[in-house]
Amino acid sequence: MTGTDRFFRVLCWVVALCVVVFMLFPLVITVLVSFSASQVYTLPPPEWSLRWYQALGRRTGLLDALLLSLNLALISTVISLVLGTAAAIGVARGQFRGRAALATFAVSPLMMPGLVLGVAMLQFFREIGLRDAYWSLLLAHIVITLPFIMRTLLAAMGSFDFSLVDAARTLGMSYPRAVAKVLIPNLAPAYLTGGLFAFLASMDNYPISIFLTDVFNRTLPIRMLQYMEESPDPSIAAISTGLIMLAVIALAVAARTVGLNRLITG
Amino acid sequence: MRLSRQSDRIGLLVLPGLAYLGLIYALPLFLLLLKSFRDATGDLSVVEFVQIFNDPLQRSIMARTLRVAFLVTVLALVIAWPTAIVMRRAKGKWLTLFLVAMILPMSLGVVVKAFAWSILFRTNGFINQSLMALGLTDAPVRLLFTETALVIGAANVFLPFMVLPIYAVLQQQDPNLPDAAATLGAGPYQRFFKVVLPLALPGVVAGCAFVFSMAVSMYVIPSLIIGERQQTVAMQIARSFLFLRNEQLGSSLSTILLLIAVSVVLASSWLASRLGARQ
Repeated sequence: MTGTDRFFRVLCWVVALCVVVFMLFPLVITVLVSFSASQVYTLPPPEWSLRWYQALGRRTGLLDALLLSLNLALISTVISLVLGTAAAIGVARGQFRGRAALATFAVSPLMMPGLVLGVAMLQFFREIGLRDAYWSLLLAHIVITLPFIMRTLLAAMGSFDFSLVDAARTLGMSYPRAVAKVLIPNLAPAYLTGGLFAFLASMDNYPISIFLTDVFNRTLPIRMLQYMEESPDPSIAAISTGLIMLAVIALAVAARTVGLNRLITG
Repeated sequence: MRLSRQSDRIGLLVLPGLAYLGLIYALPLFLLLLKSFRDATGDLSVVEFVQIFNDPLQRSIMARTLRVAFLVTVLALVIAWPTAIVMRRAKGKWLTLFLVAMILPMSLGVVVKAFAWSILFRTNGFINQSLMALGLTDAPVRLLFTETALVIGAANVFLPFMVLPIYAVLQQQDPNLPDAAATLGAGPYQRFFKVVLPLALPGVVAGCAFVFSMAVSMYVIPSLIIGERQQTVAMQIARSFLFLRNEQLGSSLSTILLLIAVSVVLASSWLASRLGARQ
């Protein structure tokens, strides 16, 4: 190893450690600010307190927004898992042309500007006369969640041995039963990873949802941005801290069951 | 015979998902494209686009959007590369730390992260306090509402989408390749430019395309960090639909953004497949 090598190796480590700080620092600051007694964001805080957590109770519509977001994320993820399982089996086992193009199409919403999708859906729903905000949001959130599921399931089924399903069928199982009893348990890590990221993407979505909401149906990110514009006090940091804790728990569970490395490679 | 008929029928399983995406995703986008290429009387025209490109304000907004997206991509790439290299070599607790630093922020909403940066960039915020404590500046520097702050904040939000694809391709490389090249007499620079970098290029291309297309259309981050005075195309689109009720302008700007995003994705997948074929 030459001196140049050693220099670059050290440089890489320095940059990488700075990146870790860069990535985690905003989250740490958010948590600290949420426990501060001060109205302004001075750090370190003059005194610690839970007043911003108590203030959450006075935020109108916060609970409704949280429940709506959970509702949308859960239902759209479940529907996407059903649609995605069927479609991924069709791509993996079907004998038709254009399967690669179809797979690209199914994953392509990930690459589209969210705002543009939101605008397009707003105009489309209006044209077909769909005025209900909840249903518009749900239809849109399935488009948000489905590509995440398709991406992991397509990768997982590409290397799955489908003769296991055929074997189960020879033993007298119906096709749907064989899928439920053999395929899904075998691909459990892919289902967990895809489902988790789909759920989070739906929970977090702002740019599509903003065009489809009405006064009674505000999702959590929309409410939070609205609070920030109206009265940006540290109670928003308290909500954020709650979301950070949720993400930490979800990741800890995922790390235990499938491992962090598998989580990103699918 | 029976088997092939069965797999024909299995192919039909794609239909529900395909029909859903066709109806709720592709058709609305197609109608949006169609609408933006029509004038008030409904005839095909590009008048709206000509007007946009002739308007100095719109041109400067577009230039800012592209400039910011480009800088975000460059910044993300410059810090993602060493990180991915280190992650590939790291093991055990170190690897866990790096993975958590990527995945935890990625699984949080952009609203949470943009809010955190808007706190950090305040005049009395942490960054200014540290700068003054270190004696680097006497008076607080204006950070919020600057393009620099926007680029830093956005690079932070999109960084995992640059690091992870590069990390993925580096993992597939034989870790002994650079050493093998060294044995054959290749110097450090030669090893980097002739061995490590070319093999990692598909990941770099994928990461850059992903980050650029997200940065060009980001909305929440600029609206919290840079505010209304220095608009981006995405903010213009939201405003023209939500406040100005100028849907024709919004549709045309959406089409421009859509074309940019689609061409970046197509160009990158073409480039990635060419790079893949060469190896």
